[in-house]
Amino acid sequence: MKTSEMPAFAATTPLSRRDALRTAALGLTALTAAGYVGRAVAASPIRIGFVSPQTGPIAAFGSADEFVVNEIRKTIGDGITINGTKYPIEILVRDSQSNPSRAAEVAAELITKDKANLMVASSTSDTTNPVSDQCELNGVPCITTDTPWEAWFFGRGGEPAKGFDWTYHFFWGGAQVVQTFTGLWNSIETNKVVGTLWSNDPDGVALSDAQKGLPPAFTKAGYKIVDTGLFTPLSNDFSAQIAKLKAAQAEIVTGVFLPPDFATFWAQCGQQGYRPKAATVAKALLFPSSIEALGDRGAGLSSEEWWSPDHPFKSGLTGQSAAELCDTFSKATGKQWVQPIGFKHAVLEVALDFSSAPKRSRIPSRSWTRSRRPTINRSSVR
Amino acid sequence: MEHLGNAIVQGVLTGGLYAMFAIGLALIFGIMRLVNIAHGDLIVLAAYVALIVTQTLGLNPLLALGIVIPIMAVVGYGLQRGLFNRAMGTDVMPSLLVSFGLSVIIQNGLLMLFSADNKRLQAGALEVASVTLSDTISIGLLPSLQLVLAILVIIGLQFLLYRTAIGRAFRAVSDDPRIAQLMGLNNRHVFGLAMALSCAIVALAGVLLAIRANFDPATGPTRLIFGFEAVIIGGLTSFWGTLAGGIILGVVQSVASSFDPGWQILAGHIAFLIVLAVRPNGLFGRVA
Repeated sequence: MKTSEMPAFAATTPLSRRDALRTAALGLTALTAAGYVGRAVAASPIRIGFVSPQTGPIAAFGSADEFVVNEIRKTIGDGITINGTKYPIEILVRDSQSNPSRAAEVAAELITKDKANLMVASSTSDTTNPVSDQCELNGVPCITTDTPWEAWFFGRGGEPAKGFDWTYHFFWGGAQVVQTFTGLWNSIETNKVVGTLWSNDPDGVALSDAQKGLPPAFTKAGYKIVDTGLFTPLSNDFSAQIAKLKAAQAEIVTGVFLPPDFATFWAQCGQQGYRPKAATVAKALLFPSSIEALGDRGAGLSSEEWWSPDHPFKSGLTGQSAAELCDTFSKATGKQWVQPIGFKHAVLEVALDFSSAPKRSRIPSRSWTRSRRPTINRSSVR
Repeated sequence: MEHLGNAIVQGVLTGGLYAMFAIGLALIFGIMRLVNIAHGDLIVLAAYVALIVTQTLGLNPLLALGIVIPIMAVVGYGLQRGLFNRAMGTDVMPSLLVSFGLSVIIQNGLLMLFSADNKRLQAGALEVASVTLSDTISIGLLPSLQLVLAILVIIGLQFLLYRTAIGRAFRAVSDDPRIAQLMGLNNRHVFGLAMALSCAIVALAGVLLAIRANFDPATGPTRLIFGFEAVIIGGLTSFWGTLAGGIILGVVQSVASSFDPGWQILAGHIAFLIVLAVRPNGLFGRVA
């Protein structure tokens, strides 16, 4: 079968946002700092540090940042009122350059120099993990999203019994990916042999884990795994992996790639005459720009989809529906909507709720996190 | 067995890429004992120049070479006359440090101008065109083109060095710069031409790299390391040695990776260290 004949659809299997949020339970055990943020600094502004990859190999994840942050700033206006006092909100945006060392560096700077009261980080473990680690170290509350929770939690050496004190996370995990991917593959005729390739970074390592990752779940779903192992990000050559997949007659290929790696891999697949019936790849194919960079060969590929204009949720801050949010984005930027819009919006919503306890929000993350807030007393945030 | 065959074929093709990175380095080192740390960044610079050319003129990247190569040659000549010549001397350290500084400047300059976003040159069907030899072995057209061009560049350089007046001048300043000067050669100009030639090859390497893979301003050093290793395995000044070095590196990586992809990069570095330990002058190096 030619690639162009591959079913060109995105994930439609039931991975609702609520499900996703529910599974992220681990990190989110103690959203306690809420009122304290405000109280600790009296009428001086509440500073929210916002770290995300805006440039580098995964810059596409940050492409909606400017829009989302500006919209939120507009909504907040001159501040939020907590217990009758108005607090201005400053959102300090920093670029992690898709680089974990850079992410840690800007996080440390935000905490120590800019005196951020609260940190927010998003989009892949290379950014969320180092920022969370800095916050845990410095005792600053931190909310992260847009990284599979296993990569965030186990990637940072988390122990389920203990959890973390200052850092919280909401996003989907491996179980949802398996559900979604197998849902796609079940809809076409294949030999159920799945070839896997994993980028050697916290996301790839966590999702390829033989116990907690995707492979055992794929096996359980009735698929045979041909694992080619971890590869070094930004590799020049994938011919060995492709040979292995060809020899094993893997009709499906999946895994975790950085966009540039997938571009190299997919071009070599073409050269080597390897044409899987389904190529469903996490991380690399989430954006219109990543597909456009592949030219004609981008058609027919599939990926996970965790937010879209069709998701039936409303923002608790602006009251906009997902579709309205996407429309505003397209009008403001002239670009097609991207998935992170929803989650970046949500993470800032959670952050604002966090800062202003009395203010209610109807965004799913809100009610959910609230119901799980344990009663831990902490005198001050900083 | 067939698998090993494929691994070797693909390794040889990757070797062409590494050799292309390395030839310019070997040329510069051979003629003026300059270790150009900025070589990888110049490759990326060439890729960006090609990006601008292809985008503004709508040219195919390979046709754009006709513009990119002269631009880079001029850049190379300018760099040598304006910068490196001032640091040249019996000591190799000052020029090495200058090239290190240049590397930092190019990377950050590109970062400011183009951001850290990934770019790629689109070459249409060429990107995936291939010839199938057997069930397990297909040869990509682009990687083959790369290897063939590397060989042609080497043949061209050999001809230039041993059959032309400018080649004689290159060899003369390499053998003894003082005597060469006494014989009426303008060393500064000769060095400038050598760097121009190196940068012309860099332009070719940059465009081919940019068609093959995505690049960003920080790509240079990660790609350069293989070029360096190829030059050293091959014996520093021998062009054919450089090609052999690149191919050895490519084959070792590819074969190791056919056993376990995780070993790919490591195996290449280990092969390099073994060569360095056993034959410090490289496989084809002239013993001093």
